[in-house]
Amino acid sequence: MRFSVAEIFFEREYGMERKPVSQNDAPIYDALKRFHKSRVVPFDVPGHKRGQGNPELRELLGEACVANDVNSMKPLDNLCHPVSVIREAEMLAAEAFQAAHAFFMVGGTTSAVQAMIFSVVKRGDKIILPRNVHRSVINAMILCGAVPVYVNPDMDARLGIPLGMKISQVEAALNRHPDAKAVLVNNPTYYGICSDLRYIVKLAHARGMKVLADEAHGTHFYFQKYLPVSAMEAGADLAAVSMHKSGGSLTQSSFLLAGPGVSAGYVRQVINLTQTTSGSYLLMTSLDISRRNLAIRGEEEFWKVMKMAQYARDEINSIGGYYAFSKELVNNDSVYDFDVTKLSVYTLDIGLAGIEVYDLLRDEYDIQIEFGDLGNILAYISIGDRIKHIERLVSALAEINRRFKRDKTGLLTQEYLSPEVAVSPQEAFYAEKESLPLMESEGHICSEFVMCYPPGIPILAPGERITRDILDHIRYAKEKGCSMTGTEDPDINYLNVLKHPAGIP
Amino acid sequence: MEMWFTEKHTPDVKFSIRVDRQLYTGQSEFQRIDVFESPEFGRFLTLDGYMMLTERDEFIYHEMIVHVPMAVHPAAKNVLVIGAGDGGVIRELCRYPEIEQIDMVEIDPLVVAVCREYLPQTACRLGDERVRIFYEDGLKFVRSKSNQYDLIIVDSTDPFGPGEGLFTKEFYGNCYKALNEDGVMVNQHESPFYADDAIACQRAHKRIVESFPISRVYQAHIPTYPSGHWLFGFASKKYHPLKDLKADRWKAREMKTRYYTAELHRGAFMLPAYVEEMLEDVE
Repeated sequence: MRFSVAEIFFEREYGMERKPVSQNDAPIYDALKRFHKSRVVPFDVPGHKRGQGNPELRELLGEACVANDVNSMKPLDNLCHPVSVIREAEMLAAEAFQAAHAFFMVGGTTSAVQAMIFSVVKRGDKIILPRNVHRSVINAMILCGAVPVYVNPDMDARLGIPLGMKISQVEAALNRHPDAKAVLVNNPTYYGICSDLRYIVKLAHARGMKVLADEAHGTHFYFQKYLPVSAMEAGADLAAVSMHKSGGSLTQSSFLLAGPGVSAGYVRQVINLTQTTSGSYLLMTSLDISRRNLAIRGEEEFWKVMKMAQYARDEINSIGGYYAFSKELVNNDSVYDFDVTKLSVYTLDIGLAGIEVYDLLRDEYDIQIEFGDLGNILAYISIGDRIKHIERLVSALAEINRRFKRDKTGLLTQEYLSPEVAVSPQEAFYAEKESLPLMESEGHICSEFVMCYPPGIPILAPGERITRDILDHIRYAKEKGCSMTGTEDPDINYLNVLKHPAGIP
Repeated sequence: MEMWFTEKHTPDVKFSIRVDRQLYTGQSEFQRIDVFESPEFGRFLTLDGYMMLTERDEFIYHEMIVHVPMAVHPAAKNVLVIGAGDGGVIRELCRYPEIEQIDMVEIDPLVVAVCREYLPQTACRLGDERVRIFYEDGLKFVRSKSNQYDLIIVDSTDPFGPGEGLFTKEFYGNCYKALNEDGVMVNQHESPFYADDAIACQRAHKRIVESFPISRVYQAHIPTYPSGHWLFGFASKKYHPLKDLKADRWKAREMKTRYYTAELHRGAFMLPAYVEEMLEDVE
């Protein structure tokens, strides 16, 4: 029975007759459309009031965009405590991703990664993970005080890239640290390498540990059966998915997926510890619409992406000098599977570091690829690509080979250096520190990060010992032109190191 | 009753031709293709609503893009033509008996089929035994070629749509590689007058200058293109378009042309001051 005026008003104005909700629906998008029809007068935030207060913004972004930039209110639900349209949208997302629960995240995949870590570990708890993780993972450990137990990924000797986690190494780590609370896996790594996630889940669950998956680069795994297994299908407990990478939604919008083994209510509380109370409806609708797009057309769209990536690989490999690698790397262990939508190319044979090719593509040919590091480049092929642009990328690579090819002696190959963890990240970050010139810091324990971005995978993290190899790597990366970050000194000439590392020589 | 074809040369400038009847309309994988019949210009072809050629004035474009390089290069035997689906460039090239091979790379087979049917004036030599037609993306075709051609003619549409790859730096670099050591490349170079065309023109010039040691621009007056003033690029590894012009040799061929003459050849390279300035700005 309905009694209150408010309820009757809501029912009449916003229509309580809901048809059954399916993947063809986009509840947040529909709610916004209904809301616009009712032409409500805004006396709430945001202050630009559908762009009236900021004509330049309206001009730049367009009427539709600024009109959809609204505040949370009853007909539009509330991201921090969804009960209606956002809840429905989350249920649809969970169904589309075969998860028990899905959370709309407006703080990027960083917020999803950190929430999933905070949900399973607290100060002093151990978490087993590979060292080639995104900075957001280690940042999470700094904040909550968890302790990393690193499984060193194998390296590919020729390509110099870190691979996935070998089962034998994961098992050894689990046996050495039976009190660990969770295992975190990259699914896939930046380059597209996958570990045997299903087996890792089996091993971890047998010991009562949770499994977290950083699937920032694996959104498409959920929608194409010929791609590697997704975290939810493999039985992982939580997965962070970058809808804005291969999913097609706006930048900074992501999903956090949860399996049946975690309490969704608790995860929501954890998310709310740091989440903004002014979640953007632009980001939320884009997640909703993109989820619908992938649920309906994903299989077909990602099949096209796979074909385009293979076409690009074949063309690049026929130029000569480049090696665009793919599934031939699979060895059923450290490379259990490979994400064939990734266009990763080894460039050292033409005498150029990946970062140099990355810069040449941008400066000479107006082509912006995802990134380049010491020996490889990565181009993102996605649902938005067309063959004619792939032709441009391939032709530009052919030209770079012809015009800039050099002798390859003296080029560094190895991307990955094994860390020596002396102190936990939280302890190191907040410890008393001193600033030393880069080349005088050897042997000390670092209290900050040093990394190239992209990919944002730390070369040095708080609590790790600074070695000669690491310093050479940093110097080389700077020389070759990598964008670097993490240190208090913006020029990376000084490092902050621990002043009085207790009991550590 | 009056039917008019209208094209917007800028958001504020329109160009219209009265149409007698439409002969063909179709949509290929790449673009919309239309052929009309008009009292003033005869039959004309448009792609995606943009004027490509008319029977009445096509001789200007086709003569200027072919005879200028052919009067300079002493011995062009192998020619690559990119675009040119209407066949006009091929027709002019076929008048040179010493040319042995003409490779034409047109991305849209439907354009060729439509022109064969409705524009015999330009398509008449497409069946010449020296001509091989490849239905492929020109950018993709040329990147696998090395030291193979004496002359490359880039008879493209505009730098948006299917033709955009043909205005890129990597394309010009690929053409350089595909040419022999004394090779020449000429291209459709847009126009200096209206803002958007001028930017495209400058951009193309910059990229060509960065790819070839000799890079000059010449002009022609084409009534049915925006502003009527149109440009071509002459890029070369060795021959200078004026210093190496063999006027007497060309005249001795006694080839009848209606726009091009060996004297006009020189004048074509004498550009208005604002155009020279615009090009120098990016050199």
